Amino acid sequence: MAELAQIHAEAPASTGGSTTTQYLRAFAGLFLRDLHVLRRELFPFVIRVCMNPLLFLFVFTFIMPHMSGGASMNPTAAMAGGNFSTVLLPGLMAVAIMFSGIAAVALPLAQEFGVTREIDDRVMCPLPVAAIALEKMCFSAMQSIIAAAVVFPLAYYIPTTPVVAHVSNWPYLILVLILASLTSGALGLTIGTSVKPQQIGLIFGVVVMPITFLGCVYYPWAALDRIKWLQMGVLVNPIVYMSEGLRSALTPALPHMHPALILGMLVFFLMLLTWLGVRGFLRRVIG
Amino acid sequence: MIVEIEGLRKVYDGKQRVVAVDGIDLNVRPGELYGLLGPNGAGKTTTISICTTRVLPTAGVVRIAGIDVVKTPALARKRIGVVPQYNTLDRACTVYENIFFHCLYFGFSRVDARERTVKLLEQFHLSERGEAYPSQLSGGLAQRVQIARAIAHRPSVLFLDEPSAGLDPQSRIAMWEAVRNLRQEGITVVLTTHYMEEADELCERVAIIDHGKILVEDTPSALKGSVGAQRVYELDLRTQQGMPQLMSELERRPGIASVETTASGLRIFAEGAEGLLSEVVSLANPYGLRDLTITETSLETVFIRLTGRELRE
Repeated sequence: MAELAQIHAEAPASTGGSTTTQYLRAFAGLFLRDLHVLRRELFPFVIRVCMNPLLFLFVFTFIMPHMSGGASMNPTAAMAGGNFSTVLLPGLMAVAIMFSGIAAVALPLAQEFGVTREIDDRVMCPLPVAAIALEKMCFSAMQSIIAAAVVFPLAYYIPTTPVVAHVSNWPYLILVLILASLTSGALGLTIGTSVKPQQIGLIFGVVVMPITFLGCVYYPWAALDRIKWLQMGVLVNPIVYMSEGLRSALTPALPHMHPALILGMLVFFLMLLTWLGVRGFLRRVIG
Repeated sequence: MIVEIEGLRKVYDGKQRVVAVDGIDLNVRPGELYGLLGPNGAGKTTTISICTTRVLPTAGVVRIAGIDVVKTPALARKRIGVVPQYNTLDRACTVYENIFFHCLYFGFSRVDARERTVKLLEQFHLSERGEAYPSQLSGGLAQRVQIARAIAHRPSVLFLDEPSAGLDPQSRIAMWEAVRNLRQEGITVVLTTHYMEEADELCERVAIIDHGKILVEDTPSALKGSVGAQRVYELDLRTQQGMPQLMSELERRPGIASVETTASGLRIFAEGAEGLLSEVVSLANPYGLRDLTITETSLETVFIRLTGRELRE
């Protein structure tokens, strides 16, 4: 017992403090580590974030309008307000947010669960295991916000037809951005923990593509009113609320859902996916 | 007691019900080097995983430095260092960063973490490899980094799960050296192994474990002494006929402690009397002696004595 007391006494003062401090410090440590690794991989991160919106904008809002007879091929021609660029701005931001969630949480988690088991080291940190999952989510949310911020200038300046963006309510935009980013992190966590590591490649075909194309990214939700079954069907897709949320905050001139409905559904999906994700994470790491 | 395990059970329910740990009671004193020796599948890793909060027990209590690992796992983890069987180093970080960030997770300030990392790299002869990534390290080096990282937050107990699995003999000896040196820091070490040399060489106390139960627990020398013999002769016989007769003849000899049957012949526990070997050979020859092996008593002998099986089956 004397030796035990000695060990206690030897522990540095910085490791003392209350349980909450211990948890917060561990959480901060995990976040710093992720930040450090991201900083080193900044270039691939930017490429990953930019490529999809860059090509999309370039083809649909720059090449097509410039083509001979482009107007007839241009899907934007008959679009509400006749401005496809304005529709795309919030949509592509929503896709960037969602992609970040998958790339920052689901893919690395699948790898850690499957091949490397590195996660076991993180699980030994002195904080509740659920908090480790939440840290992943928060870090992914941060990446999502950066991704959205990177997409904005692209979607604003590349199109030939000017984008009609106007933010009248900044707090609302920030709230939508944060909720959407956290939701995408939770989605990544749910996917990463529920899919078998070997099948993670399938996820792009089975989950990511459908939720993107049916996520009101390339068209406002209200424009679906002629296809009622689809308009009702897509309501189970969280991406819908991300793109509609950004649409209502950035380009309010276009038709969009009611902000209260958007916020309510984002919160609902955030809670649901967080619950599923954390549950899956616990099941994976604790035997 | 720094590690207290009471009535520990772990049952995996599934298609096949597996009782991995079947009522283990165990106590480790502070500063001790304690070994769990047993064959693969004996329940060693499950026991360690429960102690290190990675697996929830079906029943029983584990306390590390008085902290219940099931009720307050996050608190218990501060007192625990773990080196699992497989490499869990952070592949995205260098060796230096692996230890540095580990210190941050455990509440060190950046200055303290830097200082501790430099000191540990020195202590484990890793200073030159600080900038290397885990994928560039050999198995032995990676193992050393894992040990250095596991003790970085000054835990009370270090758990090593099969520390020499997959290491070459030289790295194994280097690892033993590193583990012995931990004693000077006052760290209690609990390790699992299925190499009896490792348990014998390294541990002060050994529990032999099989089918999720502890069969016996003592110092290595006391365990070896309990066999009551210094040598073991394994006789390989051409036929199994007449074996009972040979057994009783052998048992009557002075210097032979006991005889038991094996799949291919007989096993004789001998006390090492002069000239016993030639007597055994001449006695066994008429019964078709094909081969004879002699081994010094080891922890392997103890295991064979207790289970009738060899350790590495």
